Amino acid sequence: MRKRVLCACFLAWSANIQVYAEQATTMNPQAAPATLDASQAALAERLFTLKNGMQLIVKPDHRAPTAVHMLWLRVGAMEEVSGTTGVAHVLEHMMFKGTPTVKTGEFSRQVAGLGGQDNAFTTDDYTAYYQQIPKDKLEEVMKLQADSFVNNQWPDEEFKRELEVVKEERRMRTDDQPRSLLYEQLMAITYNVHPYRNPVIGWMNDLDNLTADDARSFYKQWYNPLNAAVVIAGDVKPEEALALAEKYYGNLATHPVKALKPALEPQQLGVKRIEVKAPADQAYLLMAFKVPQLRNVEQPTDSDWDALALTVLSAILDGNDGSRFERTLINNEQRIADSASTSNGMYGRGPQLFFVEGVPANGKTIADLETALRGQIKRVAEEGVTEAELNRVKTQWIASEIYQRDSVFSQANTLGALWAIGLPLDTQDKLIEMLRKITAEQVKEVAKKYFGDDQLTVAVLNPQPRDPNAKPRTPPAGLRH
Amino acid sequence: MKKINFKLASQSLCAVILGTSMLNAHAVTPIENWQQPNGTSIWLASSMGIPMVDVHVEFDMGKRRDPEDKMGLSSLAASLASKGVSAWKDQAALDEAALGDAWADLGAEFNIGADDDSFAFALRSLTYPDVLPKSIALAAHQIAAPAFDPLIAQREIEKTIAAIKEAETQPGYVAGVAYAQAVFGKHPYGHVTTEASLKALTIDDLKQFYKTKLNPCHAKVSIVGALTHEQADQMVTQLLEGLQVAGQTSCPTLADLPDPAKLTEAVNKDIKFDSAQAQIMIGQPAMKRSDPDFFPILVGNHILGGSGLVSRLSEQVREKRGLTYSIDSYFAARQSVGEFTIALQTRPDQAQQAVDLSMQVLKDFVEKGPTEEELKAAKANLIGGFPLRIDSNRNLLNNIANIARNGLPLNYLDTWTQQIDAVTSEDIRRAFAAKLQPDKMVTVILGAQAAK
Repeated sequence: MRKRVLCACFLAWSANIQVYAEQATTMNPQAAPATLDASQAALAERLFTLKNGMQLIVKPDHRAPTAVHMLWLRVGAMEEVSGTTGVAHVLEHMMFKGTPTVKTGEFSRQVAGLGGQDNAFTTDDYTAYYQQIPKDKLEEVMKLQADSFVNNQWPDEEFKRELEVVKEERRMRTDDQPRSLLYEQLMAITYNVHPYRNPVIGWMNDLDNLTADDARSFYKQWYNPLNAAVVIAGDVKPEEALALAEKYYGNLATHPVKALKPALEPQQLGVKRIEVKAPADQAYLLMAFKVPQLRNVEQPTDSDWDALALTVLSAILDGNDGSRFERTLINNEQRIADSASTSNGMYGRGPQLFFVEGVPANGKTIADLETALRGQIKRVAEEGVTEAELNRVKTQWIASEIYQRDSVFSQANTLGALWAIGLPLDTQDKLIEMLRKITAEQVKEVAKKYFGDDQLTVAVLNPQPRDPNAKPRTPPAGLRH
Repeated sequence: MKKINFKLASQSLCAVILGTSMLNAHAVTPIENWQQPNGTSIWLASSMGIPMVDVHVEFDMGKRRDPEDKMGLSSLAASLASKGVSAWKDQAALDEAALGDAWADLGAEFNIGADDDSFAFALRSLTYPDVLPKSIALAAHQIAAPAFDPLIAQREIEKTIAAIKEAETQPGYVAGVAYAQAVFGKHPYGHVTTEASLKALTIDDLKQFYKTKLNPCHAKVSIVGALTHEQADQMVTQLLEGLQVAGQTSCPTLADLPDPAKLTEAVNKDIKFDSAQAQIMIGQPAMKRSDPDFFPILVGNHILGGSGLVSRLSEQVREKRGLTYSIDSYFAARQSVGEFTIALQTRPDQAQQAVDLSMQVLKDFVEKGPTEEELKAAKANLIGGFPLRIDSNRNLLNNIANIARNGLPLNYLDTWTQQIDAVTSEDIRRAFAAKLQPDKMVTVILGAQAAK
């Protein structure tokens, strides 16, 4: 279960993207990485600080005459305060509604006229705006984006209309998706204090009561060049990109970045369990274990190693017909689950979770499934994993890094996300170096350490029939305006 | 980053959906096309930048060729062909778990899929000398000798039936099923997998399909990656070795198929449903890929509803009135006549308003066509954005598979922008009037409530 990523537009987009820099020439997962030669070094990502302190990241890739330009803000749903959940994402929609010199709707129209495609997305941790363009249009989109960044302005009427669009988005993504509703409820009880407890899309009642000025004040407070980075990837030269960035972003006014209160989550003292009733046929189980967050890849601590070992554990547990869940819970004769999978958060601006989810097979209960899923983790804690399993994960990880080089957008996206989270730009390389050293013993240890009851939240979807004559669950709009 | 990426299986190629799919390619990357002695056709774009290769092997054996009493045959054969292999040549049998491990050990991906028009194998592998030969050998083994184990088939069918029951509680699925059936009637494009259709299929059906329908002389192979012509040719020979048909002297011709019938009157389906949004789908059978009006329809639909937030439908329904988050229109340009569709979701009490407005936008467009300004903007986006359609191996592969599937000329990508540029507003008006009859469309409204 991945964190929700919301987009202004409805184009499909995956959050699951990384960058490469691995230069190995064989698949031996134990092999040391080869050193960079001069031509490869010219393709390495570069980090610059502009005159006003704003940051620029450039990643050359000359395979095709295209580029992607992204504006990243270290601002997401995490920055929202009580009663205004959803405002970071609503503001992201409003950023397309004009400036004194670019009318409502003109931004996307102009990007389209340049042969480009644009969109934006908001998560708990960050917000990003991007344009994919032919390389000779880079300057024009930078000019448009820089203007939108600091001069965003629109009448209240535009806000009211767009808020209705966002509520439709909430109905589509959450209210009509039982498993999304369950995830939302699970997050809300997993964290008592940390803002990850609120959905990125916002609670419906908060959206009903959100005002244009809420969005404007969020914008004034957080949209600040000192809180932002430009990422450019594709057929560009770093020095030319730097000159353009200085011209359009380097002179923008800044103000000191306000520190966010830590809002540290108090220690969880025992298992939390909830049930959600929603229209569905199949029951569904979602469990979240609190686990460490990877913070340092330069000099990793024990908890950084644990964060990585948990991701390796996740890859051993599920993902293909040879994985443990598939072998023992889904595909074998006494099958327990119709589907089952795990995912480890690993890194982010805030605390991280290890998710385990599944759908019980016909005739099996949620309790059977919970026992079986946790039994598989327990087995790793007791018996460990094989060298073959470990090497398989390393091989797949390294291969996936190479496949990722095919997408310029993925490269830009990973760099932006690492910057926003506060990790070094070569984190992917560093992780591979760490991954090569991970032992079966480390995987066994994390399976032992993090999967007890006390740091666990269990959420169960209790499927309900739909009543075709029931009243609509959504109150009519305008009720509160 | 969440979970490591390899869980994102490579996507199978789907029918050309105008407005959203990649339709063209590289002037800089030449495409080679040749035929092997057994009739297999190969399209190759060598791309040496990354040590990887993508291979897509396609047969015109998708859903549209499923026999009337064996609907869903190609699709079930595809999903079960990934579940273990029998012994073949000097290679031992592998059960599904061992096969999963074998692919994971290579860091390679192999997928078998079927859609409306095609049955396809897709391989993605690194081209390192210690990896690629093994990937090719494993793929060849899997193509040659899927196990089709009856117990596994039973299990997968049970899982699919459970998933269908789950889907039937969800508004988008229910609306989509009603829509497909109303638009296509008995044509295979309208078939929806059911418990009964699954239970009508036997293991022998699957084996028979696999043995008789995947003829190498019909295979169209698209390749993008770090391979030379010779390497690619040799790879294909190896990959398809197990499909050889004994004693074949000439390639059998595939029968022409009937197109879905045109609708003779408007069909309105108002389905009761309790959901947070009403689901709306409007459309009809409209056009096949080989239609000479392909380019006017492509450009016209880009303006109507194929270009995201700047399309007419989005402008009117979302931007001006806030009635929906997602609205678009598309023509599914398939081998047989595919559908034109407008799809959106809105709050239940706004459903009728959204339908009326969408129909009004559509009728106006069909009647009058685009303005010159709209046409100019669409061309600027499509022509200017051409390089973005071919800027990765994945995008290029989609374009080459499109050329292969539809018998398009090798210079298709070189002339694509000229074809776009040649479209006039009169071409669009005429093509839309010929393809679309707004008074004879299916309108599915699921979960509407009375207006407030």
